[in-house]
Formats: sequence, structure tokens, C-alpha cells
Amino acid sequence: MNAATITQTPSRKSRNMGRLLRTILPALSMALILIAIAWLNPRAISYFGFNLMLNLAIPIALATVAQLFVITINELDLSIGTFVGFVGCVTATWLHDAPVMGVLVLLASIAVYAGLGALIHLRNLPSIVVTLGMSFVWQGLAILLLPKPGGAAPDWLKGFMGFQTPFVPFPILAAIAIGLVVHFGLMRSAYGTVLRGAGGNPQAIGRAGWSLLKTKVVMFALTGTFGVISGMALIGITTSADANIGNGYTLLSIAGVILGGGEFVGGRISPIGAVIGALTLALAASPLLTFMHIPPDWQVAANGVILITVLAARALISRKGA
Amino acid sequence: MQLFRNLLATPWIWSFIGALVVWLAAITFTGGHGAGGMITAALSLAVFTVIVGLGQMFVITLGPGNVDLSLPANIGLASAVAMKTMNGDDNMIVAGLVAALACGAVIGLVNYALIRVLRIPPIIATLSSSFIILSTDIHYGRGLQIKPPQGFADFANVQILGFPILALFGVALAMVAWVALQRMVYGRSVLAIGQNLRAAKLAGIPVERVRLLTYTLSGALGGINGALLAGYFRGASVDIGNEYLLSSIAVVVIGGTSVAGGKANVPGIWGASLFLVLLLTMLNTFGVSAGLRLLLTGLIIVGVITAAGGHKTGR
Repeated sequence: MNAATITQTPSRKSRNMGRLLRTILPALSMALILIAIAWLNPRAISYFGFNLMLNLAIPIALATVAQLFVITINELDLSIGTFVGFVGCVTATWLHDAPVMGVLVLLASIAVYAGLGALIHLRNLPSIVVTLGMSFVWQGLAILLLPKPGGAAPDWLKGFMGFQTPFVPFPILAAIAIGLVVHFGLMRSAYGTVLRGAGGNPQAIGRAGWSLLKTKVVMFALTGTFGVISGMALIGITTSADANIGNGYTLLSIAGVILGGGEFVGGRISPIGAVIGALTLALAASPLLTFMHIPPDWQVAANGVILITVLAARALISRKGA
Repeated sequence: MQLFRNLLATPWIWSFIGALVVWLAAITFTGGHGAGGMITAALSLAVFTVIVGLGQMFVITLGPGNVDLSLPANIGLASAVAMKTMNGDDNMIVAGLVAALACGAVIGLVNYALIRVLRIPPIIATLSSSFIILSTDIHYGRGLQIKPPQGFADFANVQILGFPILALFGVALAMVAWVALQRMVYGRSVLAIGQNLRAAKLAGIPVERVRLLTYTLSGALGGINGALLAGYFRGASVDIGNEYLLSSIAVVVIGGTSVAGGKANVPGIWGASLFLVLLLTMLNTFGVSAGLRLLLTGLIIVGVITAAGGHKTGR
């Protein structure tokens, strides 16, 4: 698409080197954060420490994966945060009091996501505006459902999220599982390739006989599904809900995808990188700052600084490879 | 009939029709009470959306992917900068406005620098910078209820023959924007870049300089908006700009500007801003709860976009 990628013809060796560097960049940035934490507070690097530090990383990672699906097809979901909040409110109220009703509502909300995908494709709408509008819808529904913070998580959910796995902390295992499932689904399966192709070259996919409408519907439905899981996981950890509980997730999820090596257009994404990106943000935002005695005012800025630093590193690598 | 048909074909007319319908619905409910007051209030509130909407319009017109997500954080920080500079002193009003304008312009410059140096999509660049601006604002204006000087607060609420002075300023600004867009080299360059970046480059348009100007302009408008908001609502706060993320983008799209770039519409910004503000007024007069109001606002925005959409994009 852009002129820079057409004109550069680097030697294969340096291009491979650049690609390798880009691939390991997410892991490298997380390693740096971990080393910094270990240096500042060695006791944090333990079974208990990781459980504590990565506690909230799982819902963030799930929301990031949800965002990854729509970014794959060149769209953006600015409503994922309030959607996670809405799911949280449903989980803490209906899913607890009337499980059948709760499940139906959650399934219906996934159907709404699928419908949005169809709407955006058929009417050729900008997903930014549609999902911004939807963010008000989810927030409104959440407030109607739970005007005051409260509710209670279903016991089975609390039990699941508080599960103590032997040797390796549960959040780490969960993160690996999420990363692998999405990696195989999207990067290794036949239809996953078509889905990515719908972001990379929609015309080619359309001409090859695949339905572009179906790819949009599938991807938005997947976003909805992972949004639902994220909201449920969040309530399993916090045990009660608040209509605003997920608001920060919209920006975090986009940042996580980009940090993990995803690109904004062209179906170039990395599921495992996105999960690592989400964990990096979760680690950097609060544990690292706490250990560095930086006031919580700068928590949000830390995300921005990390994002810019990693993107700068990536730009530097690309330029060297060119 | 032909004239009528031509009028209906203009992209911005629908936003004004929408505003009118919502206003009529609201005054039907009140039985005609407060019809004029509603318009005066709507004009004052719509100005703030118009100011940032114009900046966002120029940015979006640059083409796919161009959007300024840092506006809410920008407005918040500029409101604090303005109020701290004014420090409650009537003599410092101009200095405060200049400070807010400069603060916003610098944010715009930084946004552009990130886009250019890191070669990243503007959405990500403005998103990253908004994280940092937000923290700066929390740190800078923490815990202080920063009030505007009396003279500035009075000025922001002045009305001339029922017209809020800020609305007059907003109309003037929109006219300037219209001239800049249609009659000046700068505006034509923005449109050309949005229509076809390659062609614009080959035609010798200084693409990067135009983009630099556009992001700086959007930032500066966000800055001045922050100062005015703090004057109108009698105080700066961190979340004063929060609603302008949705509204700045929504008014651009509802107003008939193409999200694919290359096609901008200035009058539509005013129409769409009035529509959004009157929509909220209507829901308030109906007495709906906060949750229901958010729900309906969202649904109506999605509905309007769906009805107005359908342009073929280049993506």
C-alpha cells in the first residue's frame, strides 16, 4: 500500500534479521520490565508475587485478543471497554441470580457484535464511529442494570479464577493457553488464513470466492465472545461489579495489540505477541511503578511511554533493515 | 422543486433537519415552554463541539487512519493550564488564553512528530500521547479546584440579543474554517491529500508541512476549547474533555464529511453539533435516567451514522 514498502529492497539476510528482531521485540520488552522488577524487588519474582502482579492481566489479555480480531480486518473497536463493563454487570447480577437468563443475555450480546460486523460491512460504515456509539449503548445498559457498584460473582467463577495451580501461577498458564488457542485458530488454521487475508487483501479474498461479509461477522462475533470471557474473568477476580469497571480496557487493548507487533492495517497481527503486550502493560502500569516509588498519577503515562519506546525501537529496526 | 431537491442533496442539510426534529420533539413535550431558552443553551453548548469538531474535520479529511484521539486529554490539560495562568486575575485572561492555545499547539506538534518519526498510524500516535497528557494533567492540576477569574466566567456566559457570545465566536470560526478549506491553498491541499496522497505528492504539494499544520491546528483548537470550557463551567478538571472524543468524531461524520478523507463539510459541523446537544436536551426534558440517556444517545448516533453512511471508502 504505501510507497516505502514498495521501494525498499533490502538483502534477504538483513531483512530476516529485522524480522526476527521485530518478532522478539514484544518478549524483549516484557523481559526488560521483569528484570527491572526483579532488580527493584527480588521477592516479587515468586509464585505468590506473580499471582499478585498478574492477577488483573488475564481480563486485559482477553480484551486485547478481542481487539486483535477486529484489528486483523482493519477495523477498530472503541467499545470493548464499556462492553467488558456491561458483561461484568450481567455476570454479577443475572448470571448469579438467574443463570439461564444471564447466559441468554450474554449470547445475545455476542449476536449484537456479529450484527455490527454485518452492518459495518454492508453499509460501509467507519467502525470507529459505530463502536464509539455502541460504547454509549453498553455503558447505558450497564448503568441501568447496576446503578450502584455491587452484585456478586457466581461461586463457580470465583473458584475458577482463584484456582491455585501447582508450581506455575495460574495467570501465566492462562495467558499461555489464550495465546496458543488464538495463535492456532488464526495463524495456523485454513479459515484463519482467510480471515487474515480479509484484512490484508480483501479484493483477493473476495475474488477467490470467500464471503467478505462472513469474515466480518465471524471476526466481530469473536471479538464479542472474547469480550464476554474477559468481563466474566474480571468479575471472577474482583467478585463484584461496577458499571465503569472496564472503561480503561478500550485503550489498553489497542495498546496491547500494537505493542505485541500487530499493525493497524493489512491483517498483520501476532496473537502471542498481543498477549505478551497485554502482560507487559499490566506489569508496567502498576507493579513496576510501585517498586520505583513513582506516584500513581503517572500510571497512565507509563503505558504511553512504553508504547512509544517500543514503537521507536520497531521503527529503528525497520529502518536498519531497509 | 429543483431547488428543494438540490437542498436535500447537500450532505449537511440532514444534520440541521435532525436538530430541528429533536428540538420540536422537546418543545412539544414541554408544551412550548422554554423553546427559546433551549436554543440559547444549545447554541452555547454546541460551540464547544464545533471548535474541536472543526479541528477533527481537517485531520479526518487528510485520509484514512487520520484521527486525533488526544483531544479529550488535550482539553483537560489546556483547561488546567489556562486557569492556573489566569490564577483568578482578570488581567491575566489573555495570557491564559494564549497559554492554553500554545499548550494545545505543542500537543499537536508532538502528535505529528510521533507520527512522522515513528512512522506509526495517527490513531496510535495520538493514543500514546493522550496517555502521557492525561498523566501530566492529573499531576499538574491535582486536587485543586481551579476557578476562572470572575471577568472570564462572565464573558463566557455573555449574551448579545439572546445569542451567546461564544456562539458568535463559533460561527466566525466556522466561517474562517470554510474559507480556509475552500479558498485557501492550505485547505485545498488538505482535500487533495485526502483524495489521493500519491497524486498530491506528485503534484508538488508539501504533504508533510500540510499534515504538520493540520495536527497543530487540531491541537490548538483543542487547547482553546479547554480554556473556554473552564470559563463556561467555572472551573478546570481532568475529565472536562471526556465527552469530546465521541462528539468531535461524530459531528464530523454526521455533518457529511467523508471518513475516507478528501471531502469536508463545514456547515454540517454546526448542524451535527446542534443535533447532538439538542438530543441530550430532549432526553433531559423527557426526564430519562442517566443510563437510559446514554443508551438512547448511543443508539441514535449509530442509527444516524447508518442512515447517513454508505460512502465507498478507499480502504
